[in-house]
Amino acid sequence: MAFKVLVCAKQVPNTNEIKINPETGTLIRDGVESILNHDDANALEEALALKDKYDDVEVIVVSMGPPQAKDMLLECLAKGADEAILLSDRAVGGSDTWATSNAVTAAIKHYGEFDMIFAGRQAIDGDTAQVGPQIAEKLDLPQVTYVQKFEISEDRKTVTVQRQLEDGYEVIEVPVPCMLTAIKELNTPRYMSIGGIFDAKNKPLHVWSAADVAVDLNTVGLKASPTNVFRSFTPKPKEPGVKIEGDSETDLAKNLLIKLKGKHVI
Amino acid sequence: MNFQLTKEQEFVRKMVREFAETEVEPIAAEIDKEHRFPVETVEKMAKYGLLGVPFPTEYGGAGGDHISYAITVEELSRKCASTGVICSAHTSLCCWPIFAWGTEEQKRKYLPDLLAGKTLGAFGLTEPNAGTDASGQQTRAEDKGDHWLLNGAKVFITNGGYADVFVVMAMTDKSKGNHGISSFIVEKGDEGFSIGKTEDKMGICASSTTELIFQNCKIPKDRLLGEVGQGFKVAMSTLDGGRIGIASQALGIAQGALDVTLDYMKARKQFGKSLSKFQALQFTVAELATEIEAARLLIYKAADMKDKHLAYGPAAAMAKLFAAETAMHVTTKCVQLHGGYGYTKDYPVERMMRDAKITEIYEGTSEVQKMVIAASVIGK
Repeated sequence: MAFKVLVCAKQVPNTNEIKINPETGTLIRDGVESILNHDDANALEEALALKDKYDDVEVIVVSMGPPQAKDMLLECLAKGADEAILLSDRAVGGSDTWATSNAVTAAIKHYGEFDMIFAGRQAIDGDTAQVGPQIAEKLDLPQVTYVQKFEISEDRKTVTVQRQLEDGYEVIEVPVPCMLTAIKELNTPRYMSIGGIFDAKNKPLHVWSAADVAVDLNTVGLKASPTNVFRSFTPKPKEPGVKIEGDSETDLAKNLLIKLKGKHVI
Repeated sequence: MNFQLTKEQEFVRKMVREFAETEVEPIAAEIDKEHRFPVETVEKMAKYGLLGVPFPTEYGGAGGDHISYAITVEELSRKCASTGVICSAHTSLCCWPIFAWGTEEQKRKYLPDLLAGKTLGAFGLTEPNAGTDASGQQTRAEDKGDHWLLNGAKVFITNGGYADVFVVMAMTDKSKGNHGISSFIVEKGDEGFSIGKTEDKMGICASSTTELIFQNCKIPKDRLLGEVGQGFKVAMSTLDGGRIGIASQALGIAQGALDVTLDYMKARKQFGKSLSKFQALQFTVAELATEIEAARLLIYKAADMKDKHLAYGPAAAMAKLFAAETAMHVTTKCVQLHGGYGYTKDYPVERMMRDAKITEIYEGTSEVQKMVIAASVIGK
């Protein structure tokens, strides 16, 4: 009986200068390279590291997105995942986090039994950090977010993780199955391997529709989404700050005073 | 005719580019300066399958094609030409002749470790008195009944100081000229085999270029590669493929130089505007970019022909001739576009210009490529 590790992954635009359609408030993806979301790469890496350690571990990547997201899944397979699933259907397009987690949860239930789920903490395009935790709730799984260190017990019945906090970390033990969301401190993702690239096409990549996973259509897609983007905008970049130089604290204070007086602030 | 890369080939470029930017570029200037062979990078290349790209999985290869191999060498060389040639010499000059000419036993014995990068390969043809005229081999191999006895020396052997497996040419019957040359597999540690002087070179300073010395070097009978007298054929067919590797190295050097030059031209301001805004310089860039693209197409075409088992020798010679001369021209121009800064070691184009020169010389000089091309065009 294989130990099945699911990884939730999202294809995201690779840009820091995301352009937004002013009418719909959604991202313009045309002409922008798509990549595997950064935190999801850490989630995948941890699953693959587990596979390196145990022969019976199978890694299954689950995603929701347009048909082009198959490329990102092929990349996951080229890194060493065993199987990939893409839920792709117009009916789930425009979903917010609640609707997305409904759809992905349905896909996971349709997949069947599993032992663990890794997800990235958040996606670089939406920054919500909600989908992973919502899936965990809907699957009634224990969850730990912001995982920066991961260990599994010898019998693989529990995992011990470090959960990053602003000023330290918590050590938490959780029973398996569970949902863990990964942050970049967890590991360094591997590259695809050349052999993996040529082997990827031999691995199963399923594309499922909403009907395949039997999700209630009233709970997915743009219309079913309780949150709507009201307005998106790119804030104007701030002027760079001024660094006050000085050899001593007295000097620094003096130079600061000179600057403030010069600008008639005081 | 289809000029689009396959999904796998695109992925290979993406992967090797990321690898080169993360693992190769940060140490490229340092290993050049220190003339240090990047053992740590070779280990990482091995781990990700970069040392066995165009070989079938049944021997432990990655199951890729020669365009993917060309892309691999190109992307490595874009950041560091020394790293590029380590991969090229290993793959084209050692793994390939064993794969193409080896017996099933030889393939099973050597390829799995070579293709996994557990062992590194090299190729010994050039001698002090046998360069372009490779037929003047003075290294001798004598049939001693139960073993071969090698005596002689090789020079300018890429990977020499770090290789474990060497494909070596030696004369078995001088009276037969080219047909008296045979090829052998020599292992590091073989009795009577040692590594001589390490060359102090102008460029590709982080690659290992050494002499190989055979003093009553005794190797078992089953190390003969191909038949007795087939060595020249083994060597020439190996070099045909090697030219795709070196052409790809040259292409990578040229592309890498243009990339950093474009960054420089956008940032550098003279007379109140960026260098990239001057039309005279834009025209230079346009010409360089066109040469690079032409080189790329020649290389990929030759690689594609090799994959399709077509006679690709002249195509590989054209690709190597054009890519090597492009690398030299582009890097020289890129130093010029950098002005005084380009002549310093603070910018990588100085290293790239030094590295480019060798591509016009090794694995067949530009003149040899012209001989091959002329023979195919005019007829022998």
